Formats: sequence, structure tokens, C-alpha cells
Amino acid sequence: MAAVQETVEQVRSIDVDQYKYGFETQIESEKAPKGLSEEVIRFISAKKEEPEWMLDLRLDAYRRWLSMSEPTWARVDFPQIDFQDLYYYSAPKKFKAPKSLDEVDPEILKTYEKLGIPLREQEILAGVEVPEGERPRIAVDAVFDSVSVATTFKEELKAAGVIFMPISEALREHPDLVKKYLGSVVPVTDNFYATLNSAVFSDGSFVYIPPGVRCPMELSTYFRINEKNTGQFERTLIIADKGSYVSYLEGCTAPQRDENQLHAAVVELVVLDDAEIKYSTVQNWYPGDSEGKGGIYNFVTKRGDCRGKNSKISWTQVETGSAITWKYPSCVLRGEGSSGEFYSIAISNGRQQVDSGTKMIHLGKNTTSRIISKGISAGRSNNTYRGLVSAHRKAEGARNFTNCDSLLIGNACGAHTVPYIEAKNPKAQFEHEATTSKISEDMLFYCMQRGLSQEDAVALVVNGFVRDVLQQLPMEFAVEAQKLISISLEGSVG
Amino acid sequence: MTPLLEIRDLHAEIAGGRKIINGMNLTINPGEVHAIMGPNGAGKSTLSYVLSGKPGYEITGGEVIFRGVNLQELSPDERAAQGLFLCFQYPLEIPGVSNMAFLHTAANSQRKKRGEPELTSPELVRKVRELGKQLGIDTDMLKRPVNVGFSGGEKKRNETLQMMLLEPYLSILDEADSGLDIDALKVVSNGVNAMRSPERSMLVITHYQRLLDYIVPDVVHVFAAGRIVHTGGKELALELEATGYAQYQNEAA
Ligand SMILES: Nc1ncnc2c1ncn2[C@@H]1O[C@H](COP(=O)(O)OP(=O)(O)OP(=O)(O)O)[C@@H](O)[C@H]1O
Ligand SMILES: [Mg+2]
Repeated sequence: MAAVQETVEQVRSIDVDQYKYGFETQIESEKAPKGLSEEVIRFISAKKEEPEWMLDLRLDAYRRWLSMSEPTWARVDFPQIDFQDLYYYSAPKKFKAPKSLDEVDPEILKTYEKLGIPLREQEILAGVEVPEGERPRIAVDAVFDSVSVATTFKEELKAAGVIFMPISEALREHPDLVKKYLGSVVPVTDNFYATLNSAVFSDGSFVYIPPGVRCPMELSTYFRINEKNTGQFERTLIIADKGSYVSYLEGCTAPQRDENQLHAAVVELVVLDDAEIKYSTVQNWYPGDSEGKGGIYNFVTKRGDCRGKNSKISWTQVETGSAITWKYPSCVLRGEGSSGEFYSIAISNGRQQVDSGTKMIHLGKNTTSRIISKGISAGRSNNTYRGLVSAHRKAEGARNFTNCDSLLIGNACGAHTVPYIEAKNPKAQFEHEATTSKISEDMLFYCMQRGLSQEDAVALVVNGFVRDVLQQLPMEFAVEAQKLISISLEGSVG
Repeated sequence: MTPLLEIRDLHAEIAGGRKIINGMNLTINPGEVHAIMGPNGAGKSTLSYVLSGKPGYEITGGEVIFRGVNLQELSPDERAAQGLFLCFQYPLEIPGVSNMAFLHTAANSQRKKRGEPELTSPELVRKVRELGKQLGIDTDMLKRPVNVGFSGGEKKRNETLQMMLLEPYLSILDEADSGLDIDALKVVSNGVNAMRSPERSMLVITHYQRLLDYIVPDVVHVFAAGRIVHTGGKELALELEATGYAQYQNEAA
């Protein structure tokens, strides 16, 4: 049988066995009553001891949401979601905001350990391979179902003036900051899922970098959905004040379950004059089995506002998980001379459906944006790049460069590119390049003739394909992503 | 002496049923250089693919024994690890993968399969740079993605570099001379000649006598319609240059 054909067979056979993070943590949890109602929203808000205005915002969102309907323009196909059949809040039972790691339920600590996420600061510092001090340190906020269970390096960050905490805590401790920025990038009415999120979001991370501060370490949040029939609706808000810089990483996993689970997050970034946010995601939600049973519905709204002059946002994403991905991390380039970047690797396999891309909205003068998207489709999956680049009338000197490459493995998958371009300013310069290629039998044979096994050959070719984007990731994440890519495309060695 | 390669009454076809190799016999002993010449479309490249195990080429009769092993039982990468190297007529491009990284992966994949210790990065880099120098391949070309944007001649030098690094027992050179200027022809031939040894053998496929002035063969075969129809010494190449293949094509028919 031809090499590519075999690869295709192997790729097709990928299923739950390949998903290393599919275990479930046995832990008692406290849930809101099933379904969605004003009562449930009041329950969540009360649990979080939120200020009154937050409850009002939630209720307002909920009422608007009732009159909205789900978007249908994406190239994805799934049965109607019964929003009354979900739990909107689930927290580990013994949960009370822990003061230190010693108070965190050991089962949960074990879960993160199993996932390879270090929550114990001393363990990070005493890294084995790298001498102390040289190993880059990462502050972690760990979100387990609806609540944040631990945030590390709080003290050190505080000394630098950086605020990094669960958003529920920020609502209590820094209500003015949250009130000023929450919903200012993704308005309550933005879209069906974002509105739902505004009504029911339970936790997520809040970051504030004060003027002129370069955040002393990478910040990261790890999301874990554990409970059954529970939607995860997290909310992240990051503000980089004038002249500041932060690099933020996001990772996620979920247990294997036969039924689909909903994840509808909202991420808002605000960047003021001369500041920069680098936001990286390695998305590895459970993708479902090879027949398309189970898996996460990942309907996410991510947007950054380059509000200040010469501000910058860079989105880098490696998407390997989820049954369905619906996600368009975007940049509103408002400040003069601001710039946005979007680097993406989206891998689909089995029956996964990906509809992802970005929006670069050029509003200010001399704004620039760059889009590099690499889609890899295997198995019977569908992978669509959907991107909008627009220049407002006043966006004189706006420039964009877009490059979308698709790589197909086998004959049963699909790749699609849907670019929208709107230039209302005649001086805007937009460039668009797109290619679609197949992993060719000849290329694999060439590698194998030099001694590479078939799997190594596929991995080599794929790694070459995604190289430009991998280079954008922080070092450790790049290594993790590279591993993830080969696992995602791995077949049982034949 | 045990032959290095023994092809016995080989029949092979391309997937879809087109028969290309028709009852071919060939024995290559260790240390020998054999040249194969023959008209376009005779099946010379096909032979090289059948030997190296390219998917889509099927052996329908006979057998090929290489270093005591029936090649049909080995996957292409196992054949490579056994010491079979194909210098491609049209080398492939691999975007985004640096030449050096590719050489490293290839060399160590083979070593691992043979249970030999792997080369460390510095060892490999030193070796590759040395060979590069001999072949006129500069460091920049080693950093570039494999064959991407290489000229025809550069690709052939690069193939030679891979061969010299991997040190195979049998090298099949499919029109290694095509696309080479005179200087490059000398450089590549010198590289190939440097590898000649009592254990190593070559199968040189070419249309032109000129290459055989540099890589002097022990035996020359005429290949037509899927098999060897005539065998002689190195003077046969000269003869063919004068007479062409007409008489042998009749013989084959
Ligand atoms: N994939 C294929 N499908 C159909 N026919 C093929 C295929 N590959 C090769 N052939 C045919 O097989 C025959 C032998 O081709 P091959 O490339 O082996 O010839 P060759 O002797 O190497 O010729 P040249 O001297 O031109 O390189 C030719 O008629 C060619 O058209
Ligand atoms: Mg040929």
C-alpha cells in the first residue's frame, strides 16, 4: 500500500488512546442547578460575592442573549445544543479560595501534576535539567471547571506592580479596573457565545501591567474541564498600560467523554501607548474519538484592542484539540502606528472541524498587520481559514500581509480559505498569499530512502511546514507544541 | 565471493498494471562499479525505484537479494539502513527543513536502526562541513531548506553529500550527470570515486559516455524494454555512443 495511504489509515485510526489527558479527577463538586435562568446567574454572582454592577451586567447580557440566535456562517456542522441541559457552574466542593498551595485539594494538585503543569514554585525553581536561575519561570493560574484553584508567584509579581489573579478575585479587589475595561473590547452584545459568556462566566484570569513595567516572567493560565455536562465559560482580561510588556500563555485539556462539552470563552486585551501583549495558546481540548463521538465545542471570542499609539498585539495559536473550533483572535488597530500579528497552526484530524482565523481592523493611521496561518488537515476533518482584513476610511497607510498555507494528508479531508478584504482607504496596501499542498508520496519516499521511518518523515515534513509559526512561540511552549503536533498526527506504528 | 546484490528473473510493474521490468538478471559483487545505459523509457529509473522500495512499484516475479536479505521484506527506510542509497534523478524539495537538520535526522535514523551509536550534533556538523568543502557546498546551503531553490547542479551536489555522509554499500546513481556543468561533473565524480572501496559498489545509470570517463565502470550493461540485453566492458559505452541502441531494441523486442 502506498505510503501516504498508510499514513492516512494510521491517522484515521487515531482515537481516544492517543489523547493523553483524557483522565477524570474524582472529586466532589458543587454545582448550580441545571439549566440557565436569572436564578442561576444570581447564584453564580452570589457565589463569587460580586459587586452589584457585575450582576446587573450579567442579567443584561442574559436578557439580550434570550433574543439572539447562534451564528450559522461557519463551515462547521453539529446538532443543536440544548442550553437548558447544561450546568453553568461547578466548583470543587471543599473549595474555598486557598491561601496557599497546601490548602488546595491534593486531587487537584495531582491532576495538574499529571498534566505536566507545575504549580509548586519551588519545583520550578529547582528544575532538574537547567541550573537554577537559568530556567525561565512561569507564573501559573490554574482554572479547574468554573474556578481558579491556584495562582503562583503572586508575591513576586506584586512587588513588580503586576496584578495577576483570578478575575473573580479581581472583581472584589480591583473593581474599578475591571469595571473600566471589562466588555470594552468585546461588548456584551458582540455575538451569541460572547453574550452567553458575559451572562454566566465563572472565572478566568485578570492581568494588569502598570505603566513602563516589563512583566518579570511569563504568565500563564491552564484551563481544565473536569465535570460532566458542564460548560466552561471563562473570561480573561489583560491590560497593558503605557509602555509595558507581557507575554501570556494559555493551555487547556479536558477528560474524554462520549458527550460533547461546551467551552465558550471570552478574552479581551487592551494595549495602551507603546505597550505590547504577546498572547500564545496551545489548545488541546479533547477532540472526540475517530468516529467523531464526544469532544469539546470550542466557541471562543478573542479580541485585542490596540488602543494606544504604537501599541502591539501578537496572537500565536497552536490548535490541535476540540471537536469543533470556532475562533478568530482579532486585533482592532485603533492607535496610530499600532500593529497586530496573528500566527496560527491549526491541525485537524479524525472528524474534527476547524473554522478559525483572524480579523485585523485597521482604524488608525499607519497601522500594520501580519497574518501567517498554517492549516493541516488529516483524516476526515475539515479545516477552514476565515479572515477579515479591513481598513477604515481614515486608516491612511494601513498595511497588511497575509499568508495562508494549507497542507492535506490523505484524500478524505478538506481545506478551505475564506479571506474577506475591505479597503475603504485607497492608500491601504493589502497583500494576500495562499497555497494548498498535499504531503506528497514522493516527498515521503525521499525521506524514507534516506532512512527516516514513515512517521518521522510525516513529522519532519509537517514541522517544516509550520516552522515560521513555531518560531513565534516562547521556547518551552514551542517544544510542547512540537510534541503535540506529532502526537496529533501519530498513527499506531505499523 | 558473496555478491552484494543479486537480481534474479525480476518482473515488476507500476501500480495499475503496467509492466516495466521484464525478467531482469544482474549480479553486482562488492567493490564493482556497473554502468547501465539504455534508451529513454526503457525502465532504468523504474528499476532504481523497485530496488529502493518506492510505493506503487510492485515486484510480480523473481527476487532481489541485497547483502543476504530479500529486499522485498524490507521497507524503504530499512533498505536505506542496510546500505542502499538512491541518488535521485529529480531530488525532492522539503520546505522549512534545514539541510543540516535533515542530514542529522537521516544519519541518526539509520544508525539507530543498525544499533549503532548516534552522532552528536558537533560530530555531524564537522563531518558535513568537511564533505561540503570537498563538494563546493557552502555553509549557507547547509542552512537552507533541503533542495528548495537549489539549482539543478546544486541539487546533485547535495545528493552526493548525502551519499558520502551515509556511506552506503550500494549507491544507485540515476543520471547523476544531468544538469551538471563540467566543473561540477568533476567535483561530483571525485566524490563518488573517493567512496570506491573493496566493500562498496555502484550502479551508475547514465546516457553519456562522458560521466564514465570520470567514474570508470568495471561492467557496462545495455538495458532495453525492461531487462539487460547486452553486457560488456567499459569500451561498450564508447561503442554505444557511436551506434545508438537500435540493434539492442530489436534484440529486446
Ligand atoms: N507512474 C507511472 N505511471 C505510468 N507509467 C509510468 C510511470 N512511471 C514511469 N512510467 C513509464 O514507465 C516507463 C519506464 O520509465 P522510466 O522512468 O523507468 O524510464 P527510464 O529508462 O528511466 O527513462 P529515461 O532515460 O528517460 O530516464 C516509461 O514508459 C514511463 O512512461
Ligand atoms: Mg530515468
